[in-house]
Order: sequence, then C-alpha cells, then structure tokens
Amino acid sequence: MSANDSPDRPAAALITHDKGDFLESLDAGLRRRGLGFAAPVIVWFFSLFSGRGAVIAVPYVFLLAFFLIPFFIVLKISFAETALAIPPYTGLIEMVDDGFEYYLTLKLNLANYLTIFTEDTYVRAYLNSAKIAAISTALCLAIGFPMAYAMARASESIRPTLLMLVILPFWTSFLIRVYAWIVILKTEGGLLNTFLISIGLISPDNPLRILNTEWAMYIGIVYSYLPFMVLPLYANLERMDLTLLEAAADLGCRPIKAFWVVTVPLAIPGIIAGCFLVFIPAVGEYVIPELMSGDNVRVIGRKLFTDFASERNWPLAAAVSVVLLMILIIPIMLFQRQQAKLQEAGR
Amino acid sequence: MTKGLSKINLVSLTFGFAFLYIPILILVFFSFNDSRLVNVWGGFSFRWYGELFQNEDLLGAAWISLLLAAAASTLSVVLGTVAGFVMARFTSFRGRTLFSGMIYAPLVMPEVITGLSLLLLFVAIDWGRGLGTMIIAHTSFCMSYVAVVVQSRLVSFDRSIEEAAQDLGATPLKTFFVITLPVIAPALVSGWLLSFTLSLDNVVITSFTSGPGWDTLPVKIFSAVKLGVKPEINALSTIMILVVAIGVVAASLVQKRAMVERQRAERMAAAEN
Amino acid sequence: MNVASASRVPFEPWNDPQAKPYIRIVNVTKTFGDFVAVDNMSLDIYQREFFSLLGPSGCGKTTLLRMLAGFERPTSGRIELDGVDMSAVPPYERPVNMMFQSYALFPHMTVEENIAFGLRQDGVPKDERARRVDEMLGLVQLTKFAKRKPHQLSGGQRQRVALARSLVKKPKMLLLDEPLGALDKKLREQTQFELMNIQEQVGITFVIVTHDQEEAMTVSSRIAVMNHGRIAQVATPTEIYEYPNSRYVAEFIGDVNVLEGRLTEVAADHVVITSTEADTHIYVDRGTSAASGSTVWVAVRPEKIDVALTPPEQPDYNCIKGTVWDIGYLGNLTIYHVKLENGKRVTAAVANRRRLRDKPITWNDEVYLTWAPDSAVVLVS
Repeated sequence: MSANDSPDRPAAALITHDKGDFLESLDAGLRRRGLGFAAPVIVWFFSLFSGRGAVIAVPYVFLLAFFLIPFFIVLKISFAETALAIPPYTGLIEMVDDGFEYYLTLKLNLANYLTIFTEDTYVRAYLNSAKIAAISTALCLAIGFPMAYAMARASESIRPTLLMLVILPFWTSFLIRVYAWIVILKTEGGLLNTFLISIGLISPDNPLRILNTEWAMYIGIVYSYLPFMVLPLYANLERMDLTLLEAAADLGCRPIKAFWVVTVPLAIPGIIAGCFLVFIPAVGEYVIPELMSGDNVRVIGRKLFTDFASERNWPLAAAVSVVLLMILIIPIMLFQRQQAKLQEAGR
Repeated sequence: MTKGLSKINLVSLTFGFAFLYIPILILVFFSFNDSRLVNVWGGFSFRWYGELFQNEDLLGAAWISLLLAAAASTLSVVLGTVAGFVMARFTSFRGRTLFSGMIYAPLVMPEVITGLSLLLLFVAIDWGRGLGTMIIAHTSFCMSYVAVVVQSRLVSFDRSIEEAAQDLGATPLKTFFVITLPVIAPALVSGWLLSFTLSLDNVVITSFTSGPGWDTLPVKIFSAVKLGVKPEINALSTIMILVVAIGVVAASLVQKRAMVERQRAERMAAAEN
Repeated sequence: MNVASASRVPFEPWNDPQAKPYIRIVNVTKTFGDFVAVDNMSLDIYQREFFSLLGPSGCGKTTLLRMLAGFERPTSGRIELDGVDMSAVPPYERPVNMMFQSYALFPHMTVEENIAFGLRQDGVPKDERARRVDEMLGLVQLTKFAKRKPHQLSGGQRQRVALARSLVKKPKMLLLDEPLGALDKKLREQTQFELMNIQEQVGITFVIVTHDQEEAMTVSSRIAVMNHGRIAQVATPTEIYEYPNSRYVAEFIGDVNVLEGRLTEVAADHVVITSTEADTHIYVDRGTSAASGSTVWVAVRPEKIDVALTPPEQPDYNCIKGTVWDIGYLGNLTIYHVKLENGKRVTAAVANRRRLRDKPITWNDEVYLTWAPDSAVVLVS
C-alpha cells in the first residue's frame, strides 16, 4: 500500500488507495476524451508521485509558479538598477572575461533599499498607510459589529434576508460604489453639497471640501471593506449559544455586563478574522486613495504604482513591494494560523 | 431565543444598511437624470443608456471582462476545488504549512504586491501580456476563495457515503467524481460566482498584467472616473447593479423554495409511514 | 437464537469439525497511536451465520467490522475470507458489502439509482440491472418508491433502501453497523424479524455490530461479547445467557445477581460454595475448573429465583433470607429488590401469572429467596 497513508485518518487514503489504479483510470479518462496523444506524458508526470501526491501537486505547482516564485523575482529585481532598456532593469550577474581577468560578479544594488529607509516620503508613506489601515479597521469594527450583532439576534426568518442585503453590495462592483461616493462628495456640484446648500446650511462660496481629503478616503475604505468585517463577525455571533446568556442572567449578571463578559470574548475569533481581512489589504490599498483623497495623501500603494508606472523605476517599485511584504508577513502568518485553527476546531 | 429586535439593534441595522445602500440608490436615481450635472435635475430620460450602448470602447471592454471572468472562474474552480479537497482531507503531508499559507495569503495580500510580482514574472519568462496572462493572474487569487469555500463544505461532509460507494465497488477516483463532486456541487457553483465577481471587479492586478488593447471594464471605469464624473458610468453602474440584484434575489428565492420543498417532502414521508 | 431455523436440524457449524469457517480473523490487532482498539483477536465465523458483535462503546466492535469491510487495515494479524488473505485488498474489491449506521444513501440519486449503483460498478448490463433492482425492491417492499430521493423517505424506508442496496450484489457476507439503532421500538422488533427472514431467504452470512443485547439475543446464531478490544465469550445466545464464562459477560447480558463465596466441595458433577455474603451454602449441579478453597462467584438470574414468605424445606442450601426493600411492577413481571441483613441487595423477578391483588408479599416483608440447583452458574473470573 502507499506509504503516504496517514495512520490517524485512514480515510485520507480514500482518494488514492492504489497508485496503479489512479494512473490507470487517468490514462483511460484521457484517452476517452480524445487526449490520447498527451496521455503518456501526463501519466508519466503523475507517476512520479504517489497517487495522493499527484493530487496535491496540481494546485501546489500552480501556486508555486504563480504565487511564490513571483515574489522571489520581485526580490531579485529589487537589487537591480533601473536602465533604459526593455525590461527596464539590469541583470545581477555579470561575467567578465577579457583575457586578463575571469570574474563572475554578483551585483546587489542596495540603493533602492537605502532610499526607502532614509527618504522621508517613503517612511512617511509606510507609516501613513499603516495608520490609515488601523483607523479604517477600527471604524469598520465600530460600524460592523453592531450590524452583525443585530443581524445575529434577529428572528430566524429574516436573517437570510438580512444576510442577502449585506452581501448584495459586496457582489456589486466596488469600483462603482466608490464612484457613487465621489458623486456624493464632490466639492463642486456634489450631491451632498448641493443638498446642504439648497437647505441653506452652507453658502455656495464655501462648500464642504470632503473629496480629495483624507476623510473621503476613510469613507471610501470603510464602505468597501465593511462586508469583510460584517461577514466573519456575523458567522461567529450567529453560532453563539444563547443559553450561555440565559445562564449568566440566571447567575445574577446584568445584560450589559453579560455582553462584555460573555458575548465579546466569544466573538473574538470573528473580530480577529474581520480585522485581518480589513487591515492587511488596506495597508496596500491603491484605488480608493487614488480616486478620493487627492495628491497630498501619501499611501504606499500609490507610491509603488507611481514608481512603477510613471517613473518606470521597476527596481525601486520592487523594493517598495518587498519592504511592504516584510511589514505584512507577520500579520499574514497570524491570519493563516488563525484560519487553520478555526478549521481544526470545526472538524 | 429569538425575541424581536431591541431598539439599539434596530438603529444599528438601519444606520448600517442606509450607509451601504444610499450611494447605490443615488447612482441608480441619477442614471435617469437628463442633465449631466448632479445638482440639476434635467428630467427623466434614458439618454445616458443610449450613449452607453453606442460607446464601442466601453462595450468592448465589457466583453473582455466577461470573457476573462468566465475563463478565470472556471480555471479557479478546477484548481480551487482540488486545493480545498487537499486542505480538508490530507491533514499531514510534507509542505502542508507552505501550501496552507499559499492558499490563505492571497485572501489578504494587497493587490499592488500581487500585481507587480506577476508582471515581473511574465516579463522574466518573456510571456507577452494579454488575455492569457490576465487569466492566470486572476486565477491565482480567485482559486483561494474557491478553496476556502470548498474546504468549509468538505469539513461538514458525511464521509460514510463515500465509504458506501467504495464498499459497493467504486474506486476512490470514481467515488470522487460520481459521489463527492455532485454532492458538493452547490459549493462549487458559489465558488464560481464568487470568482466571477472578484474577477469582474478587479482593477489593480488587471492593470499590471494586461497588455495593450486588452483593457477591461473596471480599468476603463477607473481611468474615466479619475478624470471626473461621467453620466454613462451612472448608466453602466445601474445596469450592473440591477443584474447583480436580480441574480442575488433570484438565488435566495430559489434557495428558500428548495428548502421549503425539502421540508415538505420530509414531513410527507414521515407522515406516510 | 435464530427463530427461523429452530424448527429444523440445529444449525451448528462451529461444532462440526469438518466445517471450514468462511471468515477467519487470526491474531488481529489494531492500534490507533497509543490506543489499542482490537487486541490480538482470533475468531472464526461460518457461512450462513447471523453473527453479532456485542459490547459497550469503545470495545472495538466497530473497528473490527470496518477491518472486515476493508476500511481499516489490521496493524498486525490477518483476515481471511473464504481462505483468501484480505490484507492487501481494498474495500471496492472485496466480495463483502456493508450497511452503514447512518444508511449513507446517495442524496443526489433516486432509490432505484442507489440500489443499482453497485451493479453499475460491476458493469452489469442495463436489462439485468433493472431486473435485479426490481427484485430487490420487491424483497424490501419499496417498489412504489423507486423514483423517490432519500430525503423524501422516512427513516424505516431509508433503512430498507440501504439494505436492498447492499444485498443486490449478492455478496457472500453482509456487514451491518448498528442497523436498528435509529428505529423506534415497534419498528425495531418488526425489522429484526424481517432481517432474519431475509437472511434465511438469501442465505448469506450476516455480521452485525450492536450494543443492544436484546437485539443480539433475538437475531443471532452466535454472539461474540467484546470488551476493550478482546472477546470475552463467543457462543449461542442460550449459552451466553445461561452459561456465561465470566462476571463481565454475566453482568453485561440481562440482569444478574452475583454472590461471592468460597468453593468448599468440588466434584465432577456438582460443587458447593459457602457464601458469607449471602449467608448460605450454594449447591450447583455442574463441575467447575477451579480448585477447592478458591474464591468464586455464583451468578443467578432474577427470573430463576422464587420468592416466598415461608422458609423452604431445605433452608441450608440455595436459600437467602432478606427483607423486601422495593417492588417494581412491570405489568408482566414483578421485580422484588430484597435487602439482606448485611446490606447486600438481591433481585428476584416473578412472572405475574395471577393478578397482583392475590399476591400477599409487600414492602418490608421478610422473605425467602430460593432457586434450583441447575439455575446458577459458577464463575471463576
């Protein structure tokens, strides 16, 4: 039998109890579908692994090739120099052979990293992005938690409808929804200002300048990311056993206290998941700041894009990306760890 | 314990949903405004819809987006299902932590990082940017969503029907295709729809990995919006919102109907016996 | 005991030296990490038996069943089916079918398709498939429900589909995992007899796992009582009930009174035990393997005990004096819980052959419990 059977879950061997069997059915399947010409190569490839290994290999190879390896390429290019060439960067390895010398040099250009760590704009941009992401996360939590709580406590029959109402904006293009806010918040002729002017709260010479400021950006980010906070919170709160609150009341605990002492601690996995889902991508957010916050707001996402697209400084952009990834790697790992634990608990 | 909603809860819900929906409703409203400006009501008209359908540029981009989304979703479902299956069933193998990381990371990874890294990959291996690269790029993050959905579904899956199939003579591979897959099909469908939405909506990764002449709809909208408010965009938005709304409402009605039907059948069967 | 065969020549292949067992479990051990589920078990099961694996949760009976089906592999030892070593054979290649506790019906297929599934895997042509499926539907009386899906069936109906599905391939052996657990009492009794009839009709070996002793006693040709991965006793229901080989088996099946005592007389045809616990001498009309002077236990079933207000003629042997502590009226039986002077409790069950108001025994009465010499069993462990 295959040596890959794990003893604690023998059922895991269900997928490939017998490698020969898997290869046979693969071969037959390919031939049946008219891919007989490719069958020998494909079967040979999979025969290199046990049957189970072959199954794992398919998504694994794809992810390695198109998720992991690109990061290494970014790392490599971050050590290059920008050049007027296509592609616009230099190689790292150079051979020198002119009869006298025979060198292999590896040139790692550290200038990009130096720029990032010393130049004010970059440091500011990273810190600013982190700050914006943190505030946005807090705002999402402040708005999202009451919503999720109310949804979870609603009567069983309207819960699916409420869930649908929360998901509906999520399925609509986020770009469109951001655009809607632009329409509302525009300084000249925006809906909000028009409304406020028409009822006399503001004079036409002094409209509210919301668009192209940080405020607009916060509104935009919170608006776009709200479902990502509400959904994990709702999933968590909905599953909560309400008899725990009854037990608390029975033991003399007032409802408000019970909320903080029973409900909130139980909701923590949901809160953590929601915060990760908002904070991490928000740090590198590009579209919303670009559209809504004007040139004076520096976030690292925009800096990266500018360095790449307008300045055509690919190595610098790559370095910015590497540093951003380094900053985020720990939260990402924590997120992954938490998700894995949740899956284990659900087993 | 499902009491009626308390005052606070009602207020939270109302405020929250108002916040979510008012901008959408405003867009829909103004897509019928004959005037170009938002602060002037020019009368009800379909003018902008007309202009929209004559805008070859936008229509072409819409077509590309739909094609790309369909292709990427299908590829994502194939890869994501296998990945979800691996995550749910193979609890220990060499490299599982890395695999798990590669599945969960795209869910939170900032798009600028993903976009840049993929572009640099394609340049490094000299793969011309076009539909192919975009499909690969979209698949690389969509498949994670599918994997998570499928994994969730499989965790609560009753394995005894797989064992029963094997007991009756089906090989494990056959069992997967004839028993497991049909039963988890709804999860695959929702994974496909999720991928479709994410792909259709994507700006950053698409801009990095697309080639000349392959602009997608969100990329075009993005450029247009940067230059200011465009009424055709209102019309386009309304159409997209309407399509999605109809889809979501229809899906939940179908689900509700199926559940009612199922309960009725179960009650009937119990009574009959 | 298998009722259907009671009227014919007794079915006892295990006593026939010429008979070859269909299933041989040879020194099988199964461990999950540190936990030993099945501990060096050996067992022979013959064809056409209705064999029960009986025991509490965690005793290893389900693990053993799954090893027979092929879903678990023995850590050591081997399993032979019809002389063939099954160690390397996956479940989909064994001539064995299983009926699952949860029925495991394929939710996306109709009843017909569910039953036909096994035949399809074997490549049985369409016509023959249809014929055999119809035959099975008739056997389990579900012909009307052929086109329904599992969620449109009641629990009992689903169970019959599961049974039909596992029988249609005419396996040599059918494994049943707690098949009657989900049914209510009436349905359970009815189904027990149906199962026995079907087994007789189809003539295959049934191996059933259960924790319900009544069920095991009703349907089985033989029962294996299991405990912590080992077999405590393998015998016919009668033997298990009347001649348990240990306190564990005696206490597991039915109710029993266990009296501790010392062997004072040992002969080939009888033994005498002196029990200070019960304050009497006990005379049993069978020999025993233990030596004189050793401590043994005597098991007496409640229904074998007589309750009287007057002492018997021979008060020194097989007679216990006590006070009626509690009475349980079960309609068909009256259970007397009698407390002895030293505090020990003994239970006696008396059939109510006459109406109760004729019975003079009531609470706190002093009574004498007696039983016949052949009604007790001596247990050495």
